[in-house]
Amino acid sequence: MKLNSPLQVYKYLPQINCAECGDATCMAFAAHLIDRSKKLDDCPPILKDEYKKKYTELQTLLAPEIREITIGTGEHARRIGGDDVLYRHQLTFFDPTAFAYDVWDTMPEAELVERINKITNFRKFYVGKFLRVDMVAVRCVSGDALKFAGAVKKASETTKLPLILCSFDPAALKAALEVVKDKNPLIYAATEKNWGEVAELALNYKVPVVLFSPDLDKLKSLALTFREMGIKDLVLDPGTYPQGKKLKETFERFIMLRRAGIKEGQKDIAYPIMAVPLNAWLVYKDAVTASYWETVLSSVFTVRYGDIMILHSLEPYAMLPEVHIRDTIYTDPRTPVKVAPGVNEVGSPTKDSPVIVTTNFALTYYTVESDLSSNKINCYLAAVDTDGIGVEAAVAGGQLTAAKIKDTFQKANFDFKDKTSHGTLILPGLAARLQGDVEDVTGLRVMIGPPDSGRIPGWMEKNWPPKPK
Amino acid sequence: MTKKIKLSELGSLFGGIDVQALEGVKIEGDVEIDLGQLGMNPQMAYALGHETAQLALHLMNISRILGYPVDQMLGAAPAKPARLSKLIESRFSVGKIEEWKTPIQEVVLGATSSDGGTRKSTITLGGETALPYYFDGPMPHRNHITMDVFDMPINMAKAVKSNYEDVINSPAEWAKKVVRDFGADMVTIHLISTDPNIKDTSPAEAAKTVEEVLQAVDVPIVIGGSGNPEKDPAVLEKAAEVAEGERCLLASASLNLDYARIAEAAKKHNHVVLSWTQLEINAQKELNRKLMKQCGVARENIIMDPTTAALGYGLDYAYTNMERIRLAGLSGDMELNFPMSSGTTNAWGAREAWMVSSPLKEDSDWGPREYRGPIWEIITGLTLSLAGNDLFMMMHPTAVQVLKEITQTLYGGKESEPVNIDNWVAAVI
Repeated sequence: MKLNSPLQVYKYLPQINCAECGDATCMAFAAHLIDRSKKLDDCPPILKDEYKKKYTELQTLLAPEIREITIGTGEHARRIGGDDVLYRHQLTFFDPTAFAYDVWDTMPEAELVERINKITNFRKFYVGKFLRVDMVAVRCVSGDALKFAGAVKKASETTKLPLILCSFDPAALKAALEVVKDKNPLIYAATEKNWGEVAELALNYKVPVVLFSPDLDKLKSLALTFREMGIKDLVLDPGTYPQGKKLKETFERFIMLRRAGIKEGQKDIAYPIMAVPLNAWLVYKDAVTASYWETVLSSVFTVRYGDIMILHSLEPYAMLPEVHIRDTIYTDPRTPVKVAPGVNEVGSPTKDSPVIVTTNFALTYYTVESDLSSNKINCYLAAVDTDGIGVEAAVAGGQLTAAKIKDTFQKANFDFKDKTSHGTLILPGLAARLQGDVEDVTGLRVMIGPPDSGRIPGWMEKNWPPKPK
Repeated sequence: MTKKIKLSELGSLFGGIDVQALEGVKIEGDVEIDLGQLGMNPQMAYALGHETAQLALHLMNISRILGYPVDQMLGAAPAKPARLSKLIESRFSVGKIEEWKTPIQEVVLGATSSDGGTRKSTITLGGETALPYYFDGPMPHRNHITMDVFDMPINMAKAVKSNYEDVINSPAEWAKKVVRDFGADMVTIHLISTDPNIKDTSPAEAAKTVEEVLQAVDVPIVIGGSGNPEKDPAVLEKAAEVAEGERCLLASASLNLDYARIAEAAKKHNHVVLSWTQLEINAQKELNRKLMKQCGVARENIIMDPTTAALGYGLDYAYTNMERIRLAGLSGDMELNFPMSSGTTNAWGAREAWMVSSPLKEDSDWGPREYRGPIWEIITGLTLSLAGNDLFMMMHPTAVQVLKEITQTLYGGKESEPVNIDNWVAAVI
């Protein structure tokens, strides 16, 4: 965006501190616009006639450097692009890379449905939420427009996820668009050869479109031409070569495009970028090798500026690292990663339930909490204030100590005599060396749990309830 | 039905919906569209009747269909955008980053006989003038991998352990194996048995293991302590002494131990110091400064380990911390422009790397762990390589092989057969 301080934004706001946006002052709202935690339309007064000019100007000034594009409709619609910085610590990255997994029109229908269900239902629990994947890319392998449209129809009946329609044949794209014209699919792709007809489709069906050329001059040419014709929802595919020097050049093209868009403000090419890690399968036939290399390519272009990508492998050992590296890069570095210290109930603990200690690092806490609740273990879980540092590092660094643990229970008014029948506390396995200290400081019996909370259920079977002293 | 909409209200009506249909439209004045006057029939009125937000859009479209000159009235572009018959010619260009003026310090590990050591070859890290693999400036040296060897059997993930069962009791044989069979550029000997809480092996005894490893392999080595801050200085001092002149990397000097002793040992016996801090750029600056100013360690003898957290377990901090350090170094911060090293093996701490299956019933199937572990190590390392990491401490042979392949490809050191991607869409996979 073109503005970088709340004061600059404030000049365009009504400055009446009406608080209708939820903020007490227009200045506070301005700060939220700068950090993009609120949208301009959250301000009802500025939508009125009298502010029309300022609204329009401000909207332009606040627009992200990289155009934000929506694919699909309804609750599964996905936005891509929208970035304003080259490095995540400068603000945060917006609109996590959309992962589309492929199906193709020569698949038997039952396999197609099964594959799409697998894509739609994939989920991995992480820090209080599920990581999922986003889209289905339907590839026209048959070369037959009708067959392609049939596969697209089946796909759209099977999932609500947004679709990418992949064919270089405008006739095939048109047939498929007829089937899903109200679903706002992304069409792939316009090239140097077919651009005129594909542009016509993008205009007629009002859908976002990918432009494909590994030659950046031609890619920019295509973007300029489409823009001139009034098509703004563009995605750039600068070609993903899977190997060797060509892969290095691919990497460089991603850097160049994004740098031009964000650092140099070149609006003509400031669109989301597509990577195709699937191309790993063009060189590796063995499924494990191809999946590994595809995951490697996916990670490279998740870190460096891919906004959307098309993938093939549905192996868990490919999908798990893919969704995790995306979360790594797109996690907002501005949000605190701590949970409030205290003693929390998991399930419905009784006097005979265990009391378990962990740190207030959000990742640690949510991991332990989900391991306990998922396995239906009723207990008390204490989050010790370690400044958001994990168990092992906090023990080494002195943020997790016997005194801190005692303090946590005291502040929570948690009296072991009252709340428990056993007077026992369970330390994480990685904090085993604190056992003696904690016994001395608290006077409680201290047991050592497993080093990973995933093993608590097994540990409980062997060790709980504690044997009488 | 007569329904009046002021054009000036369109903006607010469009608030929650896709506004592309109106972009480029400049609305001036107080024009009104009166649906009644357009001869709206009841069916259409019904279609338009409920959603105010959709109303305006439909109104525009339908008015157009009816031949009403909406666009002209609005002073906008014609309804049918211009179709172009040929591509608009264009050249793409982008500048280099001017701020990157300061190269990363070059540091040599290992010493050959001509330099007072016994290594067959040396390894140089650093020298970059841009972020890794960028086109802004040359990257003179590729990434390197040092593989872990321990001075006693330790707990390892099953997928890792199966590679080392035959050598687990002999650090020398273990070192030979990683160099000979797994393509390690270097070897790290971790003297973990010296920890008073483990075996409390004496520094003198531990130093013998270092000598054995130096005799077993001719690549440069890293000497690691047990991580016990009280014991490590003595252990590394003794090890530095027996490895005199070999330019080993001493791991590590940190703010929570007597770093001056480690610095002194490195200076006295010609080694390199690994400056280790925990995910804190300012702490890294402070320790580097102390090593240089207070302990007199030369710039060419410092490598940094800003800490590696596993994928899914804090890699976001590790990545951004390294990227910030590298950007600061390139932009002229002389307390941060050193090569970096990563304990990539930490990836195996992630449960996704080693656990048989997800402990959560709600998760999709995690599949076989034999394949999950190595890729976890690869992606952890790869991510940090993109942030600027130079040296990787690793464990799994497959992870080493794949990480080498991708980092050397991005470095520009890998040729391949040409692959035609022009019609990837129709590929039969």
